[in-house]
Amino acid sequence: MKILTEHIDVPNIDTIDVFMKHGGYSAVQKALKKMTPDEVTEEVKKSGLRGRGGAGFPVGMKWSFLAKPEGVPRYLVCNADESEPGTFKDHYLMWKSPHTLIEGMIVSSFALGANTSYIYVRGELMYVINILEKAIQEAYDKGLLGKNILGSGYDLDLFVQPGGGAYICGEETALLESLEGKRGNPRNKPPFPAVKGLWQCPTVVNNVESIAATSWIVNNGGDAYAAIGVGRSTGTKLISASGHIKKPGVYEIPLGITVEDFIYSDEWCGGIREGHKLKAVVAGGSSVPILPAELILTTAAGEKRLMTYESLSDGGFATGTMLGSGGFVVMDETACIVHNTLTFAKFYHHESCGQCSPCREGTGWMDKVLNRIEHGQGRKEDIDLLVDVAKKIEGNTICPLGDAASWPVAAAIRHFRDEFEWHIEHPELATKPGAVFMRKGASWTK
Amino acid sequence: MKVTIDNITLEVEPGTTIMQAARMIGPEVAPPAMCYYEPLKGSGGKCRACLVKVTAGSEKDPRPMPKLVPACITAVQDGMIVENTVNEDVLETRKGIVEFLLLNHPLDCPVCDQAGECHLQDFSFEHGVSSTRTVEERNTFEPTDLGPNIQLNMNRCILCYRCVYTADQITDGRVHGVMHRGDHAEISTYIEKAIDNDFSGNVIDVCPVGALTDKTYRFKSRVWFSKPVDAHCECEKCSGKATIWYKGDEVIRVTGRKNMWGEVTDFICNGCRFDKKKTADWVIEGPTNVSRHSVISANKYGANLIKPAFPVLQAARDYKQINDDRDRSFLGIQPALPKSKKK
Amino acid sequence: MSKIVFPAETLELVKKIIARYPDGKQKSALLPILHLAQAEWKWCSSEVMDYVASLLSISPIEVYEVASFYTMFHLEPVGEHVIEYCRTGPCCLMGGVEVYDHLKKRLKINTGETTKDGKFTIKEVECLAACGWGPVFQIREKYYMHLTKEKVDEIIDELSK
Repeated sequence: MKILTEHIDVPNIDTIDVFMKHGGYSAVQKALKKMTPDEVTEEVKKSGLRGRGGAGFPVGMKWSFLAKPEGVPRYLVCNADESEPGTFKDHYLMWKSPHTLIEGMIVSSFALGANTSYIYVRGELMYVINILEKAIQEAYDKGLLGKNILGSGYDLDLFVQPGGGAYICGEETALLESLEGKRGNPRNKPPFPAVKGLWQCPTVVNNVESIAATSWIVNNGGDAYAAIGVGRSTGTKLISASGHIKKPGVYEIPLGITVEDFIYSDEWCGGIREGHKLKAVVAGGSSVPILPAELILTTAAGEKRLMTYESLSDGGFATGTMLGSGGFVVMDETACIVHNTLTFAKFYHHESCGQCSPCREGTGWMDKVLNRIEHGQGRKEDIDLLVDVAKKIEGNTICPLGDAASWPVAAAIRHFRDEFEWHIEHPELATKPGAVFMRKGASWTK
Repeated sequence: MKVTIDNITLEVEPGTTIMQAARMIGPEVAPPAMCYYEPLKGSGGKCRACLVKVTAGSEKDPRPMPKLVPACITAVQDGMIVENTVNEDVLETRKGIVEFLLLNHPLDCPVCDQAGECHLQDFSFEHGVSSTRTVEERNTFEPTDLGPNIQLNMNRCILCYRCVYTADQITDGRVHGVMHRGDHAEISTYIEKAIDNDFSGNVIDVCPVGALTDKTYRFKSRVWFSKPVDAHCECEKCSGKATIWYKGDEVIRVTGRKNMWGEVTDFICNGCRFDKKKTADWVIEGPTNVSRHSVISANKYGANLIKPAFPVLQAARDYKQINDDRDRSFLGIQPALPKSKKK
Repeated sequence: MSKIVFPAETLELVKKIIARYPDGKQKSALLPILHLAQAEWKWCSSEVMDYVASLLSISPIEVYEVASFYTMFHLEPVGEHVIEYCRTGPCCLMGGVEVYDHLKKRLKINTGETTKDGKFTIKEVECLAACGWGPVFQIREKYYMHLTKEKVDEIIDELSK
C-alpha cells in the first residue's frame, strides 16, 4: 500500500504535467470545489493521521487548536528542516516528487484558512529548494496557487524559506523564530503556535510527510486512511533505513508490519549485509532509545514487535523505544555502541541553541565524558555520571532537544553497559582501530 | 485567584506568575532567579533555576503538571498548588542546575569583583553541593572591553540574556548580542566596537555574575569592605536615584538601587555611574537596606535588616551539624552539642 | 576591496524575497539574503553583513547574531570549494571516518583548514539528511553520496582541474 510514493519512480514526476497525469492535484480540485475547510479538517481527524515529524501528535487535533480571531491572518508552515540523524525521508520525497508536498500544502492551507504558507527547508538542501521553487512556479502557472485558485475564490501564496544550518529549527517555535529572521532559539510555551505563532499570529506547523498525506485523505476519505494500519497507528509511514542493511533507502510501509519483516524482507531492507548479524537498532531517529537485537524484534513480553507507535514504545524506555520520525538505523556486530553514542552526543552538543543551562552545559558535558571513554581515558564513575547528567537534563529544558540528547545516552548505557565498562577497563584494547566489544555468549540475531 | 505555594495560600490577580506570587509571600518561598529580571520584558525561562513542582494545575483541573515548570514565566491558575522548597525533586534538580552553571565557570571568585554580591555564588551556596564531579577542561574566552568603562569576562557569563534585554529596552540601540550557539555562545559586539550609549552601564547592574564589570571600580575593593549609601542627584538624563559605595571617605562606585531581589527599577545614566565619584555630587539619603545574610552587611548597619531566606536557615542548620559532629578532640576542647542532641 | 553591492539582478531578487512577508516583517528575509550574499562574496565578512543589514533596515548586530548561529554561513574566508562532510552516526557506520581521513590526507589539511592554493576548505558538519546514501559530503549545493576513497580521489581530481 503506497500513498505518498506510489508514482515516485515515474520519470519526470517532478514536473506538473506528469504529476497531473497520475492523478496529481485532484485533491485540490475536490477540496476547493466540493468541500468546506471544516469538512477537510473533519476527514483529516477521521484519518487518525499522526504527526510524522517525530512527536506523533494527531494532525486533525492540532488543526482544531488553531485560534481563528477575526481579521488576523493565519499561517501554515511546513517543517522541512529534516536534520535528525537517521532521517532522510522528507529529503527524498521533496527531491523526487515536489508536487506531492505542494498539493498537500494547498489542501491543508485551505482547511486552515491560511492565505500565505511557507515551506521551511533546511538550507543544506539548496538543490531541493530549487526543485520546489520550480514546482511552485508550475503550480502558479496552472492556477493552482495565487488568487482565486481554480475559480474557487480561495487565495494562497506559497513560499519556500531556506534555513541556515541548525537542527534546532526543526523544533516548531525555533523554526518560527528562524522564519522571522532570528536566531533559532525555541520559545517558552505557552503560548503555543496555534495561538501565537509566526509574527504572533495563529500558526500550524506540520511535517512534510503529514502535509503530503492530506491530499490522499481528501481524495479517499479519512476512513479509508484509518483502515490502513493498526489501532491508533493509521496509514502509511515513510521509513528512512540506513546502516548495515543490504538495501538502505526510504520505504513507505503500511503501519503494522513486523519489525522483523521490515529488516529481513526483500521488499524492504533485505536483511543484514552479507556475513553479519543484527546487533542493535535505533528505530526512530537518533533521539530515540537504542534497542539490542532481541528487544527490537520482540517485546519484553515475547510478542513480535510491529512498526507502529504503540508496539515500538511497548515496555516504556526500560525495554522499548519510539517510532519517532522513522529514522531506522541498523547496526551489525561490527558497530561500536560507545562510538555511535559519542557521535550522537556530539551532534546534540553541536546543535544545542545554548539558551537554557541544562541543555547548553549538559550536552557538552556528556560529549566530553563520552569522548574520554572512547579514547581510553574513562573513569569507573563516568558511566553513572552520564546516567545522572542525562537525567538532570531530561524534562528540565525549554524544548525537547534536551530530552533528545539525553535519551540515546541513557539507553545505550541501559542496554550496553558492559560495552562501556569494557572501554573503561581495557583502554588498550578499546582504542585499537576497529576494535569492538563482543559480549560473552552474545547471539546477535541472523 | 487563589494559589498555594509551599502550603501558604494567597490571593493574586489573574496573570500573576508563580514567581511573582512567591515573592509576595517572601524570600522564604521565592524561587531563585538567575535569568529572570522583573523590570526587563521577555526575561526569564532560560536558566531553569526557578523550576518548581505544580502538584495541582488548578481547581478545575487538579492534575499535577508532568514536568517541573519555570516559576518565572508560568502563570498562576485558580487553585494551583505549587511546591518549591518542600519538594525533593525540585531541590535535587536545582543541585543539577547549579552544577551545570558552574561547569564552565572559572570559579575565580577570589579575584572577581562580583564576589560577595554574586547571584551565582548565592545560588550555589543555597542550592548546590560542595563537591564537583567534573574533570573536563572548561571552555574559555579572552576578556574584552565593551567601551571604555565596561569589561566583559565571558568565562563567567551564564548567558542569562539580561544585558541583551537591557540594551534593547533601556538604551537607544543595541550593539552587543549573543553570537554563536550552544556552550560556545558568547556575548560580543562581534566587530571591535565600543558600546557608546548613555545608559549602557546598566548592563553591569543587571549582570547576575561578574561577567560585566565596571572598569572604574575594578579591583578597588572587596564589596564587603565598602559601605553602600542611598543618594540622589539632579540629573537631566535619569532619575538620579543611585546607591553610592564608599571605601573610607572615597566614593569608589555608583550603581543603580537594587531591591530585595537584586533588581534595579530606576536605571541610571552613565554620567551618574561613571563620572560622579565625589560626595559633593550627591545628596545623601542614608544607609542602604542590606539583607543580613549578605556579606555586604558584615559589621555594618544594625538596623533595617531583612530576614534571611529559608535556604540560608537550612544551610546554617546543615552547617551546624557538620560543625558539631566532626572530631575536635585534637583541639583539646569539648564540642558543645546542640540541645536536641544531648544524650 | 571594491564597494559591496549586489548586481542589479540580485537586487531585484532581494525585493521579491522581501515581498514574501507582510509589511514590516522584512527581517524574515535575512536567511535567504545571507545565502545570496554568501554566494556572491564566498563568505560573510562584517562588511557583507553590514550591507545585508542595510538592505533590510535592521541593525548590524541582528545580522551578526543570526549569521553566527547558523553553521552554513562562513565567517572566515574559505577556499574555492568548501567540502562539508557529515560526521554523524549513520555516515560513520558506513565507513565515513576512513573516507574523511583519506580526504584530509589527500588535501593535506585538517578540518576547518584551507589548502595553500586556496582551492579547497574542509568543514565538518552534522547530519545532512542523506543517511541511507552515506558517507556523504556536500560541495555548495551538490551532494556527493556513497563515498569511497576512490570516489573522493575522482572528485578531487575533477575539481582540481
